[in-house]
Amino acid sequence: MLRLNVNGRSYELGDDVDPKTPLLWVLRDSLGLVGTKYGCGVGQCSACMVHLNGFPVQSCQVPVESVTEQRITTIEGLADPDGELTAVQQAWIEEDVPQCGYCQAGQIMSATALLARNPNPTDAEIDAAMAANLCRCGTYNRIRKAIHNAAARLAKAEGRS
Amino acid sequence: MRRDERFTPDPYLPEFLQKMHSAAAAAAARPLTRRAFMKLTGVAGGGLVIAFAMGPAAREALAQGRSNGVFIANPYVQVRPDGTIVLFAKNPEVGQGVKTALPMIVAEELDASWDDVQVQQAEINLALYGQQFAGGSTSVPLNWDTLRRAGAVARAMLVAAAARKWGVPESELVTEASTVRHEASGRRATYGDLAEAAAELPLPDPESVPLKDRSQYRLLGKRITGVDNRKIVTGQPLFGIDQIVPGMLYATYTKAPAIGARAVAANLDHVKSLRGVKDAFILEQQGDPIAFKPDAAALSSGVAILADSTWNAFQAKRALQVTWDESEASKDSWTAAVAEAKALAEKGEATLLGETGDVDTALRRAAHTVEALYTYQYVSHADLEPQNCTAWFKGDSVEIWAPTQTPQAAVDAVAALTGLPKEKVTLHQLRGGGGFGRRLANDSVCEAVAISRRAGGVPVKVQWMREDDMAFDYYRPGGFHSLKAAVDASGKLTGWQNHFITFTHDGQTPVSAGNLSPQEFPANVVPNSRIRQSLIPSRIPTGPWRAPGSNAIAFVVQSFLHECAVAAGRDHVEFLLDIMGEPRPVVPDNPRVLHTGRAANVIRLAAEKAGWGRKLPEGRGLGLAFHFSHLGHFAEVAEVSVDASKRVTVHKVWVAGDIGPIVNLSGAENQVQGSVIDGFSTAMGLEITFENGRVQQSNFDKYPILRIDKAPEVEVHFVESEYPPTGVGEPALPPAAPAIANAIYAATGHRIRTLPFTKEGFRI
Repeated sequence: MLRLNVNGRSYELGDDVDPKTPLLWVLRDSLGLVGTKYGCGVGQCSACMVHLNGFPVQSCQVPVESVTEQRITTIEGLADPDGELTAVQQAWIEEDVPQCGYCQAGQIMSATALLARNPNPTDAEIDAAMAANLCRCGTYNRIRKAIHNAAARLAKAEGRS
Repeated sequence: MRRDERFTPDPYLPEFLQKMHSAAAAAAARPLTRRAFMKLTGVAGGGLVIAFAMGPAAREALAQGRSNGVFIANPYVQVRPDGTIVLFAKNPEVGQGVKTALPMIVAEELDASWDDVQVQQAEINLALYGQQFAGGSTSVPLNWDTLRRAGAVARAMLVAAAARKWGVPESELVTEASTVRHEASGRRATYGDLAEAAAELPLPDPESVPLKDRSQYRLLGKRITGVDNRKIVTGQPLFGIDQIVPGMLYATYTKAPAIGARAVAANLDHVKSLRGVKDAFILEQQGDPIAFKPDAAALSSGVAILADSTWNAFQAKRALQVTWDESEASKDSWTAAVAEAKALAEKGEATLLGETGDVDTALRRAAHTVEALYTYQYVSHADLEPQNCTAWFKGDSVEIWAPTQTPQAAVDAVAALTGLPKEKVTLHQLRGGGGFGRRLANDSVCEAVAISRRAGGVPVKVQWMREDDMAFDYYRPGGFHSLKAAVDASGKLTGWQNHFITFTHDGQTPVSAGNLSPQEFPANVVPNSRIRQSLIPSRIPTGPWRAPGSNAIAFVVQSFLHECAVAAGRDHVEFLLDIMGEPRPVVPDNPRVLHTGRAANVIRLAAEKAGWGRKLPEGRGLGLAFHFSHLGHFAEVAEVSVDASKRVTVHKVWVAGDIGPIVNLSGAENQVQGSVIDGFSTAMGLEITFENGRVQQSNFDKYPILRIDKAPEVEVHFVESEYPPTGVGEPALPPAAPAIANAIYAATGHRIRTLPFTKEGFRI
């Protein structure tokens, strides 16, 4: 039996789950966490981005058996349980980034990981960190803007500016 | 901004959509009398005054004689006693922003505070909402008037309720931020306070309710964040793919690699023995799935696999082996089509589509003649959410959950497919993860229903793999334009000749979205023109792709006009303005056609914002293009540099657009930025090719959609003219490719005549 730790909660997977199943499909079909999206299945689009021990990974490329007992965070696990959104989520709403919105969970997971290691990225650093995430609608101008917005929010919250 | 009763169907939309547009335009133009309201809802005069019922819950409440104090003004507006204002968004949301923009129009006339508004996706109901679809950038223009009146009627009833309560004349009352105020006495009441009383009042004539003047707008034109954004950023279920029905199975449907081939046999016993697989079977072809007909019963032949999870269905699909009968399958080859088109262009024989003046004389007398063959590629929609649909066939009825752009057509198609009456087909509209025209087609809906039925009535979610989505699309058709133009000694464009080479399924007419209007610019403004056409037989499915027709034609026309300007030795801006001539609509008194004055305005504005004419270093250039489509006038200037290895960098694109008054500034700007990036992405490196009837691209590694590190900054300016407001999902896309191609010419002297740019050795 496989055990998963997702968004601080422990899950036990039934024996019907193939241990080779990509984490993406376990999240969506077994755990009902459908915020993580399927776009390509081959690690090209990053709509399926989640955090594994704080690092961004494409969940369509990770067999679930390889991530048991590790810390998995999905888009559903970013905000406080009381509903308070993270700086990145707030910035995404304020800048009205989404068009269709399908890639945005993955974008937000990548952006969150970027700001955790680089609290004040330049446009070039944003481009380098976000190049794995496709947006078919072309919201890239606003993604850059929202990351700067989130960086400013985080700096303010920490009294850095 | 008066209601416009004339309607000119877009020549590049399929007949199916033109019919829907015409019906919607006719309905919008019909006076919305009180009698019509009552007739529609079957409510007799007097007594219960709520004119419209909304959704099963509201209808149930009404059946009980009361609706718990909720003021149900019409299908678009409900006011709850707690002050919540529920506005219903009638059309499908696929990223174009209508779920936010359409309710904003209602809220403006209602004088609702946007903070009090809760938007709900409306049920699919022709009687209540008329035509419901997302296509052709028409949601705003076709619904503008109705939605304004829906808000104004509700406001008038709330004002009347306050007047009655306070015993004051309605004329002394003002509304603002979901509140009615009586200035003289200082009394005020929220809409929630007045809801119960308003529900008891007679419905005013929607035709005579006062509408706001544009100067009184408080909400329209502002930046409003998308109504689903909180759900999107927290990963809540929204999209078609997120639908879960208790007890449902997950299905894949495998169609032939060669388009149109039929499944004869498959290793079904082996597949059924695989982990989690519950069933597998072959389905026969029904109707004509190659034709783009969203409301027709059509199903490709294929093999369905039903499993207990998406992954198990995908794994079983990988193990599936099918024997295909290819006797009637496509044998199409893109390489062969290109060769045939070149031969046809050289031979020059073609059918006449339209002619004005005397183009032969213009060419004979020309100081400069310019000649070129332009080619563009097939492209895929590549919605990031692969096609999917959940369906539950229940014997005498069907329930469907779908992210479709044409829900009413989907109901028609399913009724035809199953033989059930339309009333027995219920479709729940879900958000689409991208549309771009792909979800106008309902092939995945027909598949889900057919599989659920064959499987004995279990609920089924059909999930296409990315590879399915790319291999079976209604593609933007490729095409070829053999052009010849005359420029006289004064540098004026005097003649325009186009031999258009396109594809045909029936041997008679162009494929869907593969036609050319004989009135296409500049044939509609140049004194001498001749437009001819040749057809190449094909079996590749095609259909509308964002700004159909225009998305390819603008590249051809605007690039070639730049060639003409260069040949004439004239500045491109000045040359284009000269072609536009006197400010006028090209069809007299019609506000829905190209207006040369509006065109000139946006061309000047884009040029001014971009600093047209400024000195640039070697290897760097500015390029301009203009295009009118979907009632929108757009000019764009791109700044591009190209290095010695032909690596292209698009630094910035300036856009000037005239779509009349802006509804949601944030949404409109987002659409324009996305359109430019989509236009660049597609022109730069995307291409669907096929050989022996098989599409050769299957995933994003071979279909490299532009990424953020190559995306230019896009600066957007709106003219906000007094013309009726129009949609903006599409018209900003067509000028992007030619503006960038013209900038590449300015930077390098290399004229791009073939899409994608990678075909001419450029890369990013």
